[in-house]
Amino acid sequence: MGSIVLIEYGAGNTRSVTYALQRLGLEASLTSDPERIRRAGRVIFPGVGQAASAMEKLRQNGLDKLIPELRQPVLGVCLGLQLMCRHSTEGDTPGMGIFDAGVIHFHDRPEDTNGLKIPHMGWNRVLPKDSLLLQGVPEGSYFYFVHSYFAEIGEDTKGVTEYGVPFSAVMEKNNFFATQFHPEKSGDAGEQVLKNFLRI
Amino acid sequence: MLTFRIIPCLDVKDGRTVKGVNFVNLADAGDPVELGAHYRDEGADELVYLDITATYETRKTLVPLVERVAGTLNIPFTVGGGIGSTADVEALLQAGADKISINSSAVYHPGLIGELAYHFGSQCVVVAVDARQTPEGTWQVYTHGGRKATDKELFSWVKEAEDRGAGEILFTSMDHDGTRRGYALDALARISETVEIPVIASGGAGKPEDFYDAWKRGKADAALAAGLFHYKELSIKDLKKYLKEKGVPVRE
Repeated sequence: MGSIVLIEYGAGNTRSVTYALQRLGLEASLTSDPERIRRAGRVIFPGVGQAASAMEKLRQNGLDKLIPELRQPVLGVCLGLQLMCRHSTEGDTPGMGIFDAGVIHFHDRPEDTNGLKIPHMGWNRVLPKDSLLLQGVPEGSYFYFVHSYFAEIGEDTKGVTEYGVPFSAVMEKNNFFATQFHPEKSGDAGEQVLKNFLRI
Repeated sequence: MLTFRIIPCLDVKDGRTVKGVNFVNLADAGDPVELGAHYRDEGADELVYLDITATYETRKTLVPLVERVAGTLNIPFTVGGGIGSTADVEALLQAGADKISINSSAVYHPGLIGELAYHFGSQCVVVAVDARQTPEGTWQVYTHGGRKATDKELFSWVKEAEDRGAGEILFTSMDHDGTRRGYALDALARISETVEIPVIASGGAGKPEDFYDAWKRGKADAALAAGLFHYKELSIKDLKKYLKEKGVPVRE
């Protein structure tokens, strides 16, 4: 499998992911060095915070160009997933365009999300659509989400969650994988997702 | 469907859990990590660690504790108690806390809410509010663990907290706390209708029906309890079974 790196760019909750990997007996290193990222066996791309400022931080290190060119398995988490999409309405931010989907706010669909609490915070189910990441996860398992923006359903959507509207909870395309939920905080089901990613 | 969250609250003093003495099956119920793991195994959706340490010296035990909790548990947890600055929060988040809760410091320095939301994102900023109903029927906000009255009114304060960037409200009714007679449902429902962010009910849980009421009548997104769980009067497993039968969406 080779080494595991977590992309460090000042907008990620890297600590929790590091701990989750440690619980699986694995060590990951944090880095923003393009060369180390390119050479890693697995790349994890976490993210919390605001899309535009996170994208700006990626650009400063040239990571916005590097990530889409990676050939090894890459896992985006939360904002990581959103930045891997085409565009986000958060700060009108162009994404890396790995996944062919747009990212919008729950309020961009007021007719469907009226009266719902935003952020979508807590445990929700994911309906798998031929997903590698969700293999072996018991049906009806819950995952932990915290987000106000979501990726719309597209052809790269491999897991769907409903919160007023159906959205992409899991996306997969070639060597690129991503979850809107936090696998590192999603109990046993989340651990299975991480194991699946590391096994790919 | 998003589930109604059940959140045990663990009081921590000088790095040790204060309550929970009835857990004879645990090697060390005074160990916040072990007790937290026990609750996780029972089905807790999240945990809140409330630091009630008296002195600055013993407060230093908090960051190493948070590191141990984060290293062990695979569910989210919030850390609260005496947090007053961006530097405090940064240290706790760095150590692995998912959210932090601020209470008194938010009341006296409301700008802190926005500062934290800006630096770390609203998703990790929980504003905890302790309040009590006046004889005239209005709800007055208290600070310093309920010892100090303020001139803030509950409903306008939670709205302000939301506007400033809070990601979640943890509301404790001091009138109900410790009574085991149920949550302050009317106030809870009004808060839930006032803000758009999730609301955690706290104070007064005594039986499974109280959690159902917090969801149904209080429109809460989550319910927190301490003593009820610590003294093993109710297990989270049984509580969730009850809630599920009543049609409340819960994570099993």
